[in-house]
Amino acid sequence: MSIMSYSKALGAAMAEEMRRDDKVVCIGIDLQYYGGAFGVTQGLCEEFGEDRVVNMPIAEAGYTGLAVGAAATGLRPVVELQFGDWVTIASDQLVNQAANMRYMSGGALSVPMVMRLPCGGFGAAAAQHSHMFESWFAFVAGLKVMCPSTPEEAKGMLKTAIRENDPIIFLEHRQCYEMKGEVTEDPEFTVPIGKAAVKREGKDVTIVTYSYMVHFALEAAKILEQEGIDTEVVDLRTIKPMDTETVLNSVKKTHRVLCLQETWLTCGVAGEVAAVIADLAFDYLDAPVKRMGSPDCPAPFSPDLETYVLPSVNGIVQAVRELME
Amino acid sequence: MDRDTRLHLYREMLRIRQFEEKVRELAMANELPGFFHLYVGEEAVAVGVCSNLKKEDYITSTHRGHGHLLAKGADMNRAMAELFARETGYNKARGGSMHIAAPEVGMLGANGIVGAGIPIATGAAFSSKYQKDGKVAVAFFGDGATSQGTFHEALNIGASFSLPVVYVCENNLYGVSTRQSKVRKLEDIAERAKAYDMRGIIVDGNDIEAVCDAAGEAVRLARNGEGPTLIECKTYRHYTHFVGEPDNYRPREEVDTWKKKDPITGYAQRLIREETAVQEELDEILRSVNQEVEKAVEFAKNSPKARPDTVFDDVYAN
Repeated sequence: MSIMSYSKALGAAMAEEMRRDDKVVCIGIDLQYYGGAFGVTQGLCEEFGEDRVVNMPIAEAGYTGLAVGAAATGLRPVVELQFGDWVTIASDQLVNQAANMRYMSGGALSVPMVMRLPCGGFGAAAAQHSHMFESWFAFVAGLKVMCPSTPEEAKGMLKTAIRENDPIIFLEHRQCYEMKGEVTEDPEFTVPIGKAAVKREGKDVTIVTYSYMVHFALEAAKILEQEGIDTEVVDLRTIKPMDTETVLNSVKKTHRVLCLQETWLTCGVAGEVAAVIADLAFDYLDAPVKRMGSPDCPAPFSPDLETYVLPSVNGIVQAVRELME
Repeated sequence: MDRDTRLHLYREMLRIRQFEEKVRELAMANELPGFFHLYVGEEAVAVGVCSNLKKEDYITSTHRGHGHLLAKGADMNRAMAELFARETGYNKARGGSMHIAAPEVGMLGANGIVGAGIPIATGAAFSSKYQKDGKVAVAFFGDGATSQGTFHEALNIGASFSLPVVYVCENNLYGVSTRQSKVRKLEDIAERAKAYDMRGIIVDGNDIEAVCDAAGEAVRLARNGEGPTLIECKTYRHYTHFVGEPDNYRPREEVDTWKKKDPITGYAQRLIREETAVQEELDEILRSVNQEVEKAVEFAKNSPKARPDTVFDDVYAN
């Protein structure tokens, strides 16, 4: 075990996988000696060289398409977008190409690639550098979506993503990059795809969430504990395929649930979780399913305004109190 | 060019022509589901380029992809079966005409998104260069695709990294119904190569031997590590954008003029004129190609339809 940041853990995952398999290459902008915009690829170019850690021109559609073609012909590209918001520029290659290639070819083609998207708010980065598009990609058949919240899971999940034979959308929350935690040094440690984790056990109420919001939920649970409310926190980890079993088991135990996400609530992941619960665990509920996320407003620049629209620990505490009434 | 090569090129063009004419007939008789974009008139491009490729080299194609597929060496039976939505089709009836792929002969897929195959071919070339396997990738695309960002992004990357890729533009003057000169200032697409410090070549896309020569040189350079070439093949589609669409946007005289420049009949005349073959030999090639097409239709019709209980196969790897 060593204490490592989320950012370093992601870098370690790539380094380990690159050592393990010479078909793994990193593609993106400013990845080489700059280490990527958030330092995640620091040191990789020094170890693996410029042929495996490749700096591309600022052409998201072009180099994402290049990764699709490289993946279809034997490589395992790990693509970093400088900011996840820019996945819009690369989207045709992900949605119409990568997601469909295996199916359209009747299984004759395979696209083992990972799209790493640094994303998320709380940085006063305004409306083109703060958003999260996990629900867009979870919507698409043929893609898988992963959102780690801790350093160890970041490492284990990225390693899994690189070994998967399908295209993976991998959301890294920028507010998690500097978080530190214990990370195993076992190069065979991976976190399975499609498995949620109960991050805190509780018997009164469940919060289902993922990514940075897991930390907000755990903070809220501490406050609620002082009020005698025992909160269970489920970290989805993988958005698609979703581990509905862990969600349903928790709800069947606590009978109350808050579905929490950071980004826009409308048509979001929280709504999907709520629908699954309504379909399959309605009879277990003692209160209506509650959702929490951001209102339909672009990320504001002003820190005061941004804080106002994003979920807060106090807001979560308040929502849980309402669930308990 | 020796006699065998010439007759091979002739036969390959004819295979595409007769396949496409049959597809048109079947589509108009409602025997095939979906949309069909026919390659009739442009056969010299696919055949001229692919005759320079090895089986393991890669190509990416377009919505008008049957010609590239057959020229790359695909089995006509499985191609036809795919169009008939049969289990025995190349893609088990998941892809159909617009997405047909045959990776076993290096064909990475037709594509319903204009310009999307260009970065994918560039990626295949990146992969080959990285793996040092000596393969070359060819991106086929139309004139319309050169207005897409993916065209410019991919050419810039291909040139910057000196990748083993050849960019082949089939300039048939129209993007669906829009005459491209109305939406593209530049007359010659090959000029765009200059922007990427790349070789740009214009070739008569209806002259099979001219295409063959130009592509041969481009493929040789690519394989030698000397980077990409953009080849613009001036050609024309005899039919409309897709089967069933009215041809109310092309002047009659223009269509007639280009039909007189038909790559196949023109080549047949040349083969006879230059005493490479006699008419009877060419007739015999036509007969055997027609037989191959008929057998492909039989194969397809006798194949089982794709079954709903397999519909979820291949959405994911596991």
